[in-house]
Amino acid sequence: MDLENQKRVKEFTEQYGAENVVVLLGAAEGEASGLAAETVTNGDPTYAGPLTGVSLGLKVYHVCEEEVKAEFDEAVYDEQVSMMEMVLDVDDIAGEMSAIREQFCKY
Amino acid sequence: MKSVIKGASYILAHTPDMVLHNGTTQTTERIVNPESDYLKELPNHLRTFDQALAYWPNQVYIGNKTPDELAAVAQPWYDKECDINARYGKFGQMMPQEEFLLLMQACDVFDLVKLDKEFVAAHKPALEQNEIMDDAILSRITEGVEKSVVEHFVNDEHAEPLYHNNVLVGCVVRAHDIDVNLSAHVMHENLVSKASSVLALLYAVKNAGIEKADVEYVIDCAEEACGDMNQRGGGNFAKAAAEIAALPNATGSDSRGFCAGPAHAIVEAAALVAAGAYKCVVVTAGGCTAKLGMNGKDHVKKGLPALEDMIGGFAVVITEDDGINPEFNLKILGRHTVGTGSAPQAVIGSLVTDPLERVGLKVTDIDKFSPEMQNPDITKPAGAGDVPLSNYKMIAALAVKKGDLQKADLATFPVKHGLTGWAPTQGHIPSGVPYIGFAREDILAGRVNRAMIIGKGSLFLGRMTNLFDGVSFVIQANTGAEKAPEAGVSEEQVKGLIAKAMKEFAATLLAQAE
Repeated sequence: MDLENQKRVKEFTEQYGAENVVVLLGAAEGEASGLAAETVTNGDPTYAGPLTGVSLGLKVYHVCEEEVKAEFDEAVYDEQVSMMEMVLDVDDIAGEMSAIREQFCKY
Repeated sequence: MKSVIKGASYILAHTPDMVLHNGTTQTTERIVNPESDYLKELPNHLRTFDQALAYWPNQVYIGNKTPDELAAVAQPWYDKECDINARYGKFGQMMPQEEFLLLMQACDVFDLVKLDKEFVAAHKPALEQNEIMDDAILSRITEGVEKSVVEHFVNDEHAEPLYHNNVLVGCVVRAHDIDVNLSAHVMHENLVSKASSVLALLYAVKNAGIEKADVEYVIDCAEEACGDMNQRGGGNFAKAAAEIAALPNATGSDSRGFCAGPAHAIVEAAALVAAGAYKCVVVTAGGCTAKLGMNGKDHVKKGLPALEDMIGGFAVVITEDDGINPEFNLKILGRHTVGTGSAPQAVIGSLVTDPLERVGLKVTDIDKFSPEMQNPDITKPAGAGDVPLSNYKMIAALAVKKGDLQKADLATFPVKHGLTGWAPTQGHIPSGVPYIGFAREDILAGRVNRAMIIGKGSLFLGRMTNLFDGVSFVIQANTGAEKAPEAGVSEEQVKGLIAKAMKEFAATLLAQAE
């Protein structure tokens, strides 16, 4: 995850409290989604950014996961996300995301 | 008036020592974690020049292999030798590091590049043999300085060291004692960009079959900034490179837009020529040291060579219509606007389907799309996937939503309307433009009728806006020489009109006399 984004996630968590923050991802691949999810839960696995060694344990979802899709206005989702839903390997992404959540999510 | 693509050039410089010393992944690591295993391991993953020559995507970039031939080679490519390992290709060349350092010195007009005289003596003959080098450049090479002078500048004067095979062979000194915009680091970065742009310009002129004196305007669309503390991005890389490339009648300017820069610049150049402002405009860009080894950590972790060891450059020559070369269709311009939004669906819509719909075309009316042409051999091991393929899937998915494509044809769309990526991950270098050279040939040969070039840029990296950006344009087979506008009246008609006027005037005079 981009170092600047790590910094912003960390700052928002300090500002609002970890239990009130949900990180929503839009990464194109399962592996990239998993890495970003790991960064905001267990800490930066690349040991490069502000979240190195910082286990925030935040709630984190990919925008194509069913739980998130259900929260959307259908028309908005169709306009903003449905094309990508057709393109992405949603099952792979959902698998990676739930594995990371089960392992590291604290909320 | 129409504007056409007269020719294009693509060059690479193999700079393994700059991967270690100038790529930001490495310079950041050296600050944050100087004893890291990565920094210790990386030198073992650097490629030799011969390995870079035999790398399939590099041979495609300089034009010795085609994207279709590359697509037929099973991935990954880093462990396969290309059957062509020439350093020269029809679009340009791959320059070895030692020659590139000499070229950097030739491009320096402020005595900032100091090379060890033994290094100069050892490698100048090789540069003299380089097919594209002429006296204008070779005469700029100085004999160099004593090694002790280089060491002094590096140790005591904050100079940026230049290494070859891990041996100190020179340095770039700072251009100001206090101004960070003229620091040795910035000057090094800018001189690399300038030198690779010069190399691209030289080939562009040659490949287009024009004279150097024909070039009237140069637009540089790289991602560096040159200037001082009072005008940090003042410019002008374009004119600076045109001077070294000896284009006597050219002026120019820099156009910026992150990775979308080249597409913006080409639209501007095509419009300038079409408007009649200039007859011949060259869009050029050099490469970027900061991005060398950008994904090195993943490559090292997975046991791959450090594949991001090439500085890239390109140039495109745009001239008035010659009735032969592929023409720009400026009626089909895609643009991501302030109001477009950042959802991929909105982005692809604004760049692909919206401009086509405006002229009544469908997605399938474009034979080849060239979006971000990053080499997947580099991006896939780094978790970024196959970038061109992702773009094709998005275009196809939107085409399905628009009813231009059957859902069953989703899988074949990338093969039929797409290309396999081959460009180095140098930001603006892979952004749409790598195909222009091949597109020109494909269109001239009748294999392709229309090609769409798409440039996208991440403006938020500059922290001035959160917006994304992109533009697209279409090049197509030449529709024939434009007819000269019919003369309003013929010479005989003019004579008749004058005679009539004289008669009437004479009649008036006579009438007055009476």
